[in-house]
Amino acid sequence: MSLIMEINNLDKSFGGLSAVLNFNFCLEQNELIGLIGPNGAGKTTVFNLITGVYKPDQGSIVFNGQNIVGLAPHTICARGIARTFQNIRLFNDLSVLDNVKIASHKNVPYGFLSAILRTPGFFKGEDIIEKDALKYLKIFKLDDKKDELAKNLPYGEQRRLEIARAMATKPTMLILDEPAAGMNPQETKELMKLIAQIRRDFKLSILLIEHDMSLVMGVCERIYVLDYGQIIAEGRPEEIRSNKQVIEAYLGEELE
Amino acid sequence: MQIKSKFIRFCIDVLVLTALFILVQYFITTGLLDQYYQINLASMCINIILAVSLNLINGFTGQLSLGHAGFMAVGAYASVVMTQMLGQPFIVGLIVACLAAALGGFIIGVPTLRLRGDYLAIATLALGEIIRVTLQNIDYVNGPAGILGITKMTTWPWLFGATVFTVLVVVNLINSSYGRAIISVREDEVASELMGINTTKYKVMAFVIGAMLAGLAGAMYAHFFYIIKPDTFNFMKSFDILVMVVLGGLGSTTGAIIAALFITALTAVLQSFPAIRMILYALILIIVMIYRPQGLMGNKELSRQIFGRIWGGRK
Repeated sequence: MSLIMEINNLDKSFGGLSAVLNFNFCLEQNELIGLIGPNGAGKTTVFNLITGVYKPDQGSIVFNGQNIVGLAPHTICARGIARTFQNIRLFNDLSVLDNVKIASHKNVPYGFLSAILRTPGFFKGEDIIEKDALKYLKIFKLDDKKDELAKNLPYGEQRRLEIARAMATKPTMLILDEPAAGMNPQETKELMKLIAQIRRDFKLSILLIEHDMSLVMGVCERIYVLDYGQIIAEGRPEEIRSNKQVIEAYLGEELE
Repeated sequence: MQIKSKFIRFCIDVLVLTALFILVQYFITTGLLDQYYQINLASMCINIILAVSLNLINGFTGQLSLGHAGFMAVGAYASVVMTQMLGQPFIVGLIVACLAAALGGFIIGVPTLRLRGDYLAIATLALGEIIRVTLQNIDYVNGPAGILGITKMTTWPWLFGATVFTVLVVVNLINSSYGRAIISVREDEVASELMGINTTKYKVMAFVIGAMLAGLAGAMYAHFFYIIKPDTFNFMKSFDILVMVVLGGLGSTTGAIIAALFITALTAVLQSFPAIRMILYALILIIVMIYRPQGLMGNKELSRQIFGRIWGGRK
């Protein structure tokens, strides 16, 4: 086992409010980690810091041995980190297939002029892109809906499409922001299976935020608990479940 | 099998376009299309180039630009300087026009494309005006008086070629991975960036290509209408092009073409009623916007399938 990501002393504040304070974290190859915490604890901010949407005030994020702080989001994606969003952000007016195709653009197999001039290389390249996109749609059982507009999919399928799109960037680390939000228990169960399957098949390291405790406790190997921007607990699911500080953060203190 | 049907469709396209070209050329040489119709024909082609190229920026990339006439001016002046003052052939003028407008697009695009929505619109509007005012103050090109007596070089083959070139570049670009990257910027810039797409690069790319094609239209214009002056390329001209794009439907190339044809024809028809011309023009726009706010075509394209359905032919 080797470290894929290590975060040291990460700070980020908005105005006077520190959203993330002295955040330390590590993720090993092929590990599945959960990040939980009450609303407003700073979980999504951590994701935005890792993926380069925000620049941290301080601290380092080391991915595969290189500090990625300050890189543009598309460069970070090119290094192998892909994510989904808490509020689904699909390309709504495009087809399901095009949504996934766009994610593979960073490996586009033909040049710009080749596209304008329609050389044989263009047609070959488009074939590769299409086959690749269909492969991911198949894994997420969306291949029969490839021509639908993304916005017309039911909610659960939109969530799955987001993960399929993230996978099409060929990441080594996948970040899922509340993948099961709004899903019913049956859908959540299937999603857990899918996450476990892609992790195994693609040798992924996964970091996920989730409010659904059955999902978090069921699939995560380690859990970090965040409250007011700081980590208050870290450990295996059963340790977290009985941690006094965690219970206080979620339910409040016990009355004397 | 699939490649074969693709090839057949390609051949049909070439045949239809060649037939159209020869037909119009025949009408012109036999004098069936007199001066009046030829002027309108040229306006139509130039407006198609302008609308299709602006649609690449506004419709597909989703970046509201109001400075398109500025790039047209750059192309017009660059080509005229080449052909009239330096005595170069027309083709050199066209190439220089494209390059100059593309360079202008790059210089303006890099700083302004960080802005979004209304802010970008105002910045491009201002920069379009800066181009116009700059031209007014350059004595080499006669300042506000403009350049008169430009040799007419824009003939039907040139117009036809430039229009087909423009549509081909935009359509082929949009239907490629690069085009999907450009469209994803319009759909959701943040998501696009996080899916590994260098959004700044693609915004600038679309802007530069759009500007380049506007420059081509400017060169065509200058060598057809004998005269160019800075005021021809004012804000109202940019606005006219924007109207075509919005009327046709943001993000529809066929929509932009149809709207360009429609508005040019409308302007020509209403030429004889100067008093009510602007009122009617505005009224038609208002009616279209009320009943079809997404434009004539929305973001759909008029394709072979639709033609097939209309004529009830085989699929």
